[in-house]
Amino acid sequence: MPRSAALSEPAAGRAADRAGHRAPASRVWLRHPPLALGALITVALAAIALLSLVWTPVSPARMQIAFRLQAPLARGLLGTDQFGRDVLSMLMAGAWNSLSIAASAVAIGTAIGTLAGVAGAARRGLIEAALMRGCDVLFAVPPILSAMMLDAFLGPGRRGAIVAIAVFMVPVFARVTGSAARQIWARDYILAARGAGKGATLITIEHVLPNIANPIIVQVAIQLGLAILTEAGLSFLGLGMPPPTPTWGRMLADAQTYLGVAPWLAIVPGCAIVVTVLGFNLLGDGLRDLLDPRAGGRRGLSLPALEPPQTPDRGAP
Amino acid sequence: MTAAPLLEIRGMTHDYAGRAGFGRGPALRALDNVSLSIDAGTIFGLVGESGCGKSTLARLVMALDRPSAGTVRFDGEDLFALSAAALKRKRRAFQMVFQDPFGSLDPRQTVERIVAEPLHVLETRPSRDEQRERVAAMLDSVGLHRDAATLYPHQFSGGQRQRIAIARALITEPRLVVADEAVSALDLSVQAQVLNLLLDLRETRGVTFLFISHNLGAVDCIADRIGVMYRGRLVESGPAHAVFEHPHHPYTRLLLEAEPDIARIGPPPHRSQPQTRSLSPPAVGVPSPACAFAPRCPLVTDRCRIERPELRTLVPGRDVACHHAETMRAAFSRPTQPDAEFVP
Repeated sequence: MPRSAALSEPAAGRAADRAGHRAPASRVWLRHPPLALGALITVALAAIALLSLVWTPVSPARMQIAFRLQAPLARGLLGTDQFGRDVLSMLMAGAWNSLSIAASAVAIGTAIGTLAGVAGAARRGLIEAALMRGCDVLFAVPPILSAMMLDAFLGPGRRGAIVAIAVFMVPVFARVTGSAARQIWARDYILAARGAGKGATLITIEHVLPNIANPIIVQVAIQLGLAILTEAGLSFLGLGMPPPTPTWGRMLADAQTYLGVAPWLAIVPGCAIVVTVLGFNLLGDGLRDLLDPRAGGRRGLSLPALEPPQTPDRGAP
Repeated sequence: MTAAPLLEIRGMTHDYAGRAGFGRGPALRALDNVSLSIDAGTIFGLVGESGCGKSTLARLVMALDRPSAGTVRFDGEDLFALSAAALKRKRRAFQMVFQDPFGSLDPRQTVERIVAEPLHVLETRPSRDEQRERVAAMLDSVGLHRDAATLYPHQFSGGQRQRIAIARALITEPRLVVADEAVSALDLSVQAQVLNLLLDLRETRGVTFLFISHNLGAVDCIADRIGVMYRGRLVESGPAHAVFEHPHHPYTRLLLEAEPDIARIGPPPHRSQPQTRSLSPPAVGVPSPACAFAPRCPLVTDRCRIERPELRTLVPGRDVACHHAETMRAAFSRPTQPDAEFVP
């Protein structure tokens, strides 16, 4: 009985693993500059948003008509608006509003969408078809339109904006998780789990979700950028948070009137939106490169779950 | 041999529904009235080409799918008549090893979690420590180091991963293990190791195996009895060596001839090539009265095209589904004539 292969190999395997499979954290940042930049921007924004809850240079709602439309550095770091409010303070408070709305919406969208996706993949057949067609319907409703309707139902404010954005996040996540989960369900280890008497729910929790976590994480980062953009669009149209709460979208809208005399009023929130969306997109792309070896070509952490499904030559058709 | 068989498959038929959508395609009959039984403590080898229904049979035996018709009696109990809970309890007695050692282990789980997974069926789940001990003992008995329990599947080679899969299949101390192409994805030397491991487990634990493979050498190496499948039907069964040495069905003969032979060096000398008659499989799904093998059969006669041969017992222990089994028996009953002209 050739048990001689009784393996001193695991130890060697572990060493090789440390070298190749999981690079040290510092290297990951160096090898993926977009990821590093995206993460930096995201963390900085989150920090600013949180800071605005406890401290801003001036209260963002405080009007000082005497100092209206001051240029940047003339009064405050980024000047003042038509009511003499401090632009930097408004920008900081706006960061909290934008980020919190975007994050809540994406959280809700991820939760519901993922649930629908894995449920469809687990049940297949009619349930899956119904869920996916439902997603198609949701996809067809523009977020601006649903935000207007929700504003009418819920009244203007944070809740309406969050729900409106979440509604169009749901189908995105349902599709991403649905297709990833269907791939996982075709694997032999799912058959093994069924052979161990496990039901669809348990298999989804133990096998499917851990194996589709990566694409979900990537999608979350990308959708956060999209949600920021949508939130800005909604508040630009006056559909988001009601005044006097500062939001980037409304700052842009208000700035239109003064574009000739105070261009910084438009440039500052515009740049904030661009940088934020860029940060999330870089983060998302970077994570995709890192987690999904297929898309980027560069290989970081290997992700067995996302390698092309191996289709062994089986007897059964 | 006189006791009731451990596994008894009767009249197993399974159709795969055609493509869903506008205009449902014809159903594909993957298994057609297959009956076989396996005695406790034996190894039954099931051979046949790709797509002949071997893996479908495995899934049905494992009660992972429901057959369109037919029964699977395991230890005297009809698996598909059991309640869901009773079936779950029953699952501890039959487990499966899959073909692809890279697809059958969850890459996100440690070896301990993978191997311990079937313990889910036990009524009283073992404690954490007890589970760790059982997994370690199991890894030991399949020739892996106990420390392997904390590692992940990607840290092992193909042969080692197949050992992990075997450990998982054996952790509940099953009476039957279905090995679906369990060595096909492995290197030859590793194949031999795993085959030896299976034989060893039969010796030490009395495990019964349903060993499914397209690799005749591997089956010949470990099986006591074999069954040959062609297009969803069992065409021949009998003691392994007898079937391989004197095939009574032309398809078995064809399979054996197609097997590459290491002893033969250089190009094959003037071999008749009956298998080139028709290699393209005929249209699926159309129930035909003809023998399914007729288009490829060198012995085909008019009778084969109008009447499907049923599986019949030629001599005790040898079942063949062929109108010309007697001819085959007469022509090839002389031992060791591997290159005899394939003309009766």
